[in-house]
Amino acid sequence: MKLKLPAPPIPEQLKPAPRRPGERKPSASDTLKEGGTSAVAWVDERTSLSGGARWMMFRKVPKGTNWFYTLGSATMFAFLNQAMTGVFLAMYYDPSPTNAYESTRFITNEAFLGEFVRGMHKWGSTVMVILIFLHMGRTFFFGAYKYPRELNWVVGAILLILTMVMSFTGYLLPFDQRSYWATIVGVNINGTGPLVGPYLSDFLRAGPDFGATTLSRFYAIHMLLIPGLIAALIGAHLYLVAKLGTTAPPWLKAESDPELRKESK
Amino acid sequence: MNRQEKEEYLREYALLKAQGKPFFPYAVAKDSIMAVIVMAVIITMSIVLGAELGPKADPTTTTYVPRPEWYFFFLFELLRIIKPPELVPLATIGIPTICMILMILVPFVDRSPERRPERRPIATTFGIFVIAAMAYLTYLGANAGSPNEIEREPPAQIAAAGGQELAHWEAGKQVTAQSGCLACHKIGENGNDGPGPPLTEIGARLPKEALARTLINPTAPMPSFQDLPPEKFDALVDFLATLK
Ligand code: HEC
Ligand code: HEM
Repeated sequence: MKLKLPAPPIPEQLKPAPRRPGERKPSASDTLKEGGTSAVAWVDERTSLSGGARWMMFRKVPKGTNWFYTLGSATMFAFLNQAMTGVFLAMYYDPSPTNAYESTRFITNEAFLGEFVRGMHKWGSTVMVILIFLHMGRTFFFGAYKYPRELNWVVGAILLILTMVMSFTGYLLPFDQRSYWATIVGVNINGTGPLVGPYLSDFLRAGPDFGATTLSRFYAIHMLLIPGLIAALIGAHLYLVAKLGTTAPPWLKAESDPELRKESK
Repeated sequence: MNRQEKEEYLREYALLKAQGKPFFPYAVAKDSIMAVIVMAVIITMSIVLGAELGPKADPTTTTYVPRPEWYFFFLFELLRIIKPPELVPLATIGIPTICMILMILVPFVDRSPERRPERRPIATTFGIFVIAAMAYLTYLGANAGSPNEIEREPPAQIAAAGGQELAHWEAGKQVTAQSGCLACHKIGENGNDGPGPPLTEIGARLPKEALARTLINPTAPMPSFQDLPPEKFDALVDFLATLK
């Protein structure tokens, strides 16, 4: 079983001409191509993944799909950027109150491209928050949360909350004056909440006071718990997008089928 | 939406989808261009704006500006605007929680079949209102005064005493200025009006012992200042006591 890709929309002249039988011997690149195809076929024979890939990639998007519909995937790319740069930061970062600041200073001033990667992580968070709000605005004003996509809105809303938790927990990590005091105030604000407030604050601080384990707790939440949840929920979100299809812009009406029009004449 | 409206929508959608284009390569091409733009913006911001690192966190001192990341300004402003103490929990957790729950429930509240924004006046107005409110609060937060300057002359008898007493008073003023009190309190013309009460005449309202108790054991969201070195703490309390 071979995976058949549709022809990409390139002009006729640029398409490679098919090889005529007996014209010449298969070149090295032909052999390579065939090798590739049979490797893919080998994997597919054992996993049947091509069905899923085809379902995801070759579904149709409705008429009128425009640039506003790229905001969701743009948010996803901003998240991927956070994940990638975060991995590199984690190679140097040390979440202990004595070393956190020093390790951040090392990243910023000494590690190769350190400040650049830290900058990408820092400004990437701003870009991601802006994009997620724009994407949410798009789905809101297009009425895309209505039947049958209610559940996808709910998943998205949880993603928004988790994204905000990411930036709250990440803000403490450089452990400079600004991040330290802003986080103290932030945790205290949580503590004023009704019912769960005090418990939430104690959980975040790992105790009644801001102590040695607070920082590692924030770090674990920031780099394991929440990103895991976000990645899983993005998966669910995209599954629903592919399953239900994206909306058409609300002002579009379908043209009636030309076949039907012919008959009614 | 009732059953008939649902079926109508699905039928209409199936037609629109049939008249559309395949996701690959058409939508993928747009998404990729957008991804390149996003990465270019992030890289440019990183190169141009860099990643600053302030002075090391120090629980015992001063010069801090308790400011959150800019996209939390609107929450911080909410605190500033809503002042009566019995309403503070409402502002800090109540309103954000209500907003989050409302956001999750949007599709269950608005179940009409209409999707065009101009024919959903309530939803569209509501959406624009939320955006305007958040933008306004963020703007206010971004422009909240820089919280570490106090313009105040020493009271007459301290100025007359001069010497040690005056120096102690000046030191107290400096500690107050550097401890970020002005982020939440107003002293004279300086500082932000809220979330805390103005301290302009706090010396007339609270005796020294009560001031010290408040600073060591404050009501949230005010942070505790018990870790200040004793001489700074005394200067701070003595300074506050002269505010009459
Ligand atoms: C994060 C914001 C914040 C910061 C920073 C802050 N406070 Fe407060 N403060 C408050 C709030 C809110 C209250 C009201 C608490 C209550 O409802 O009892 C308060 C109450 C007080 C009171 C009691 C006022 C009264 O009328 O009972 C004093 C005194 C005070 N603060 C002094 C200070 C001093 C001095 C500093 C700096 C060293 C400071 N605060 C820093 C938020 C803050
Ligand atoms: C990590 C954050 C998010 C990612 C990566 C993401 C990704 C996506 C993608 C790729 C799509 C496909 C269509 C499009 O791009 O517009 C989509 C659709 C959708 N998203 Fe999100 N999204 C996120 C957050 C949100 C949020 C916060 C909401 C709203 C509360 C939301 C609600 C929706 C809805 C309702 C759709 C269906 C739109 C339609 O069918 O037209 N998403 N999302």
